Amino acid sequence: MKKGYKLIYQRPKTLTDTRINYCPGCFHTTMHKLLMEVVDEMGIQEKTVGVCPVGCSVFAYNYMNVDMQEAAHGRAAAVATGIKRMLPDRYVFSYQGDGDLAAIGTAETLHACNRGENFTFIFINNGIYGMTGGQMAPTTLEGQKTTTSPYGRDVEKIGMPLKMAEIVSQFDRVAYVERVSCNTPANSRKAKKALRNALEYQGKKLGTTFIEVASNCPSGWKMTPEESLKWLEDKVFPYYPLKVFKKPDKKEV
Amino acid sequence: MPAKGTVDIDIERCKGCNLCVPSCPTDCLALNTSDTNSYGLHYAYLDKEEDCIACMNCAVICPDAAITVYRKEDQSKQRRTHG
Repeated sequence: MKKGYKLIYQRPKTLTDTRINYCPGCFHTTMHKLLMEVVDEMGIQEKTVGVCPVGCSVFAYNYMNVDMQEAAHGRAAAVATGIKRMLPDRYVFSYQGDGDLAAIGTAETLHACNRGENFTFIFINNGIYGMTGGQMAPTTLEGQKTTTSPYGRDVEKIGMPLKMAEIVSQFDRVAYVERVSCNTPANSRKAKKALRNALEYQGKKLGTTFIEVASNCPSGWKMTPEESLKWLEDKVFPYYPLKVFKKPDKKEV
Repeated sequence: MPAKGTVDIDIERCKGCNLCVPSCPTDCLALNTSDTNSYGLHYAYLDKEEDCIACMNCAVICPDAAITVYRKEDQSKQRRTHG
């Protein structure tokens, strides 16, 4: 502590001291930090249970100092359902990437949302399979080059990128859906606010809460972190707009 | 202009992604391209100490939570203390 200075921001205590092994500039790291800040501020570290996916964030349990459970590929929503039903007083979140939530786990995700399971989805959508080396995902943008679509995604053969936030906002029992990003300090603050809203609505048992993060993948996109932010603004946000798709009525809150 | 605050960057956690440098409104951060930390990565550092306004932009955007922000005591009443 420096003399004459007041501490106004520090690393959240709910992050472990382990060095985070994501690539430089990856939003997984930012989202871990923001999520743990929210857990810290709400004082719910002892009451939070997270479910890890398969993907880049498979080691999330090494970094978040809350109770964590690893799930089979795509089945985080099913595991989170079980945890929340057995321990309804806990704050449960599933932390998933797009290969996990939107490809292999689409069925689990949609049915969990349809049942209105009272937990929070945190969906990191970077439009690519990051961990396995940058293959095309269901959320890859039209024309985007990946290792399995070297000429760009052909929507005639493969279809349009999945807009998960728009899809799940159609379900009646889903309470809160927002797409956020953390490409600027302002957007990071909004993302943190969205995470806090989601956990608070979960605490009030309003239904499923779903936060989609329009993320980057500097390594998979073969860009520097700064170039990936520019790509996000130029290409990703026009297709995946940042907004609140659904929120509870004021009466319920 | 006298500094309103200061930042402390944990260079071992810094991966040199360079997201904090353009997010600083007063351009007081810089990326050290001549030196590396023990992982062989360049790191950000506070280049112009007198320009820091303790806005926390760098700390909020830093993915690796490597930045700690301090504000000078006499100005602490003017703004909220966390966010």
